[in-house]
Amino acid sequence: MIRGFEVVIGIETHAQLSTQSKIFSGASTAFGAAANTLASPVDLALPGTLPVANRGAVERAIRFGLAVGARIAPVSIFARKNYFYPDLPKGYQISQYETPVVQGGVVEFFVGDVGHRVQLTRAHLEEDAGKSLHGFAPRDAHAVALYADWSGIDLNRAGTPLLEIVSEPDMRSSAEAVEYARALHALVVWLGICDGNMQEGSFRCDANVSVRRPGAPLGTRREIKNLNSFRFLQQAIDAEVQWQIDLIEDGGAVRQATVLFDPERGETREMRSKEDAHDYRYFPDPDLPPLAIAADWIERVRAAMPELPRHRAERFQRDLGLGAYDAAMMTQSIGVATYFEAVAAASGQPKLAANWIMGEVARRLNASGASEIALPAATLAALIGRIADRTISNSAARQLFEVLWDEGGDVDALIAARGLAQVGDSAELERIVDEVIAGNAKSVAEFRAGKDKAFNALVGQAMKASKGRADPAAVSALLKKKLG
Amino acid sequence: MSHAAPHELGVADLGRALAARELSSVEVTSHLLARFAAHERLGAALVLDGDAALAQARDADRRRAAGDAGPLVGVPIAHKDIFVTRAMPSTAGSRMLAGYRSPFDATVVARLADAGTVTLGKLNCDEFAMGSSTENSAYHPTLNPWDESRVPGGSSGGSAAAVAARLLPAATGTDTGGSIRQPASFCGISGIKPTYGVCSRYGMIAFASSLDQAGVLARSAEDCALVLGAMSGFDARDSTSAERPAQDFHAMLAATRPGASAARPLAGLRIGLPKEFFPAALAGDVEQAIRAALAELARLGAVLVDVELPRTELSIPVYYLIAPAEASSNLSRYDGVRYGHRAEHVADLGELYRASRSEGFGAEVKRRIMIGTYVLSHGYYDAYYLQAQKLRRMIADDFQACFRRCDVIAGPVAPTVAWRLGAQSDDPVANYLADIFTLPASLAGLPGMSVPVGFGAGAMPVGLQLVGNYFGEGTLLHAAHAFQRATDWHLRAPPEGRS
Repeated sequence: MIRGFEVVIGIETHAQLSTQSKIFSGASTAFGAAANTLASPVDLALPGTLPVANRGAVERAIRFGLAVGARIAPVSIFARKNYFYPDLPKGYQISQYETPVVQGGVVEFFVGDVGHRVQLTRAHLEEDAGKSLHGFAPRDAHAVALYADWSGIDLNRAGTPLLEIVSEPDMRSSAEAVEYARALHALVVWLGICDGNMQEGSFRCDANVSVRRPGAPLGTRREIKNLNSFRFLQQAIDAEVQWQIDLIEDGGAVRQATVLFDPERGETREMRSKEDAHDYRYFPDPDLPPLAIAADWIERVRAAMPELPRHRAERFQRDLGLGAYDAAMMTQSIGVATYFEAVAAASGQPKLAANWIMGEVARRLNASGASEIALPAATLAALIGRIADRTISNSAARQLFEVLWDEGGDVDALIAARGLAQVGDSAELERIVDEVIAGNAKSVAEFRAGKDKAFNALVGQAMKASKGRADPAAVSALLKKKLG
Repeated sequence: MSHAAPHELGVADLGRALAARELSSVEVTSHLLARFAAHERLGAALVLDGDAALAQARDADRRRAAGDAGPLVGVPIAHKDIFVTRAMPSTAGSRMLAGYRSPFDATVVARLADAGTVTLGKLNCDEFAMGSSTENSAYHPTLNPWDESRVPGGSSGGSAAAVAARLLPAATGTDTGGSIRQPASFCGISGIKPTYGVCSRYGMIAFASSLDQAGVLARSAEDCALVLGAMSGFDARDSTSAERPAQDFHAMLAATRPGASAARPLAGLRIGLPKEFFPAALAGDVEQAIRAALAELARLGAVLVDVELPRTELSIPVYYLIAPAEASSNLSRYDGVRYGHRAEHVADLGELYRASRSEGFGAEVKRRIMIGTYVLSHGYYDAYYLQAQKLRRMIADDFQACFRRCDVIAGPVAPTVAWRLGAQSDDPVANYLADIFTLPASLAGLPGMSVPVGFGAGAMPVGLQLVGNYFGEGTLLHAAHAFQRATDWHLRAPPEGRS
């Protein structure tokens, strides 16, 4: 609830499917090539060319549908969406309209430690358009003289396969929207159907946002287009919500429109209103027969699917005793899940393994910007093993972790070489405690005068003197006995 | 045969003469190029490339010398300018594509080249295959070789006129609503449009994708069979191409029906006559020639049965909603941005589109784009496009009901013989109504053929239409071939006249 309004958000996501070739032609989908070098006659819409559907793109759509528990339509229809734009070579985009390939489905995620479910309306296959490059100037002087303004067109991206995933308006805050988008992003990457590269536009979101008084019917929505980072998604929704509430509180009414988010000014700007919306004249594409997906094709795809994140999370809860939140965190990506499983198995300590991966490992990974964990699972498992068997303390383990992460090495050899083994020997511990009592007369006096804080200082001193190797519980017990 | 002039030989005879080394492809090609030049007034071609043709002819002669016995090696043909070609411009008869060069050959073009044919040039047609007189070509009209004051039909009018005038033994054509059958009928030659999906549409400049189909115009059913066999078959680049093994249509001509004899080769063939194909309005001269041909077919053993195609008249509005709807979308790519005509001195993008398309397209194309845009528009789609699609399915079902009672359907190709140039150019609806007998088979995706069966008013040719069931090309060609073995209408050539 914001300023007495309920926020309602639905999200449309364009996930670029990770096929080698385009959805209706054999041209490559590689990113970053010189302009128009990856545009085939089909992509250029030369006379006489025809589309042929890429089975790899269809298979990825099936994989997605199975992962979200959707219905895979046995027959879906490619339709033409007609409009003129220079980067749309055919004058129409091939998409799916009335009958999409994926129907329904659910995406589950956590906001903090609260679980959420968002229903999907549909997911359909379509082709991407090309790119217009404004401010382009041709080299040919005669051409320059002919027209006042020039724009360049790069059709490399034209025909790139997209899966447009449409959610129901089930989200009630920008935080939910972001976590939904993150979960969806993690899922398509997990499934291997999208590389998830948001900077290159492989995963981009449009957010439909409206606000209403609690209990009132849905408000009029505005659609924020082309948000290509989670941060912008959050900022754009927040700005849009404030704008809509301001407008309504000033007595205005929200008008249905498409808007763009300007991250520099932190505001949304109207691109076009409903009144100038196109009539796309959708009709079934006569060049493409209905897309038939037989049950045995679906079964082949199902058989080749990786274990789904939610199934793996359930298994982690059931077999390894993780809590729901930890299990969800350990299934953010196939890489993390596989790493976690290896560490948990080798150490026999699933909970500790999860804590270390969410804590130290995540911290170092984020700081380095690396996408994969270089520290071998066996090494982290050995380290966790030495914590569990109380050979080393947590603080010693954290020191050792830094060394292992940066330089690698053998856990036991490093414990020995650096003398990090927990002080188990009571004679040594007694010597350390005696030295601390002798050297900290002031703290001792304060403790005896009733200051509990002084006791903690003494424990700290003892830990320091042991170079972190002492068991803090043992130190406390011994100190209490000697001072008591 | 060897004493006949090369232009008097059809595809099969030419193939035999070339195989027997009685003629070389270079000789035939030179001869036909000279005939094209002498008959330039007909306006059959849009472009001829003699040097390239002679080079291909020399290659073909080498193939023959090396023992290649392919029936089409060295046989000259030309393509309707709807097929894109690397070697020559491809315009679709439109100013929009003046000088356009394709970086690839249409599948049909490539297959016929592989079969050894020699390509003389590209043939005139109505702009984007929209029309039935070839008067909608942006370049020039084509004249009917039987009477140069008359149209050759369309849209494959250049193909029909060239074959009828003996400038070529065969030519490719395309048929969306009758564009092979009607000009074949008007020019007194044979023409076949196979089942939708038999010939690849890859490289055919699209008019109405769900209806467009490539085919052949030639003198005889045998010649059609030879060329169709080489150009047809599955093509992975066309998703609507039929995944069926290639067929030897020529071998099917010789098939013997059970109970057939030399005198009755069509014994037991049930020919259905839809009563809607013989309306009161059918011109008497056309009906007379058709009835005579049916009597001949019966003499050859065929059984004539009465059938019904109750939605024949509805096929006109159905076709003229669906075809323009698809065309309006197919022709959106001609926007002046990447290729084709681009208007100069325009102020902004909207004007670039409007001016390029206004200048590049002719009146009939614009008319159909506007109709098509309208019927697909929000609020009209259900009433027009969807309703038309429903009726289209019913029309196809009507044919299936007929084919339970007959093997082939027969009737006239067109209600009249060829009309005079300019006679209908101010009346598009009259043109549309004249398509009544060819549209039903197009909407159903069925194979159709035109077979010359006599002459009507003005000594103009009349064509009999035969429609088969899906993939029944062989049956059509077999029946037409039997008819042509017993008659000589297909051997009649127009008078050489003033050329």
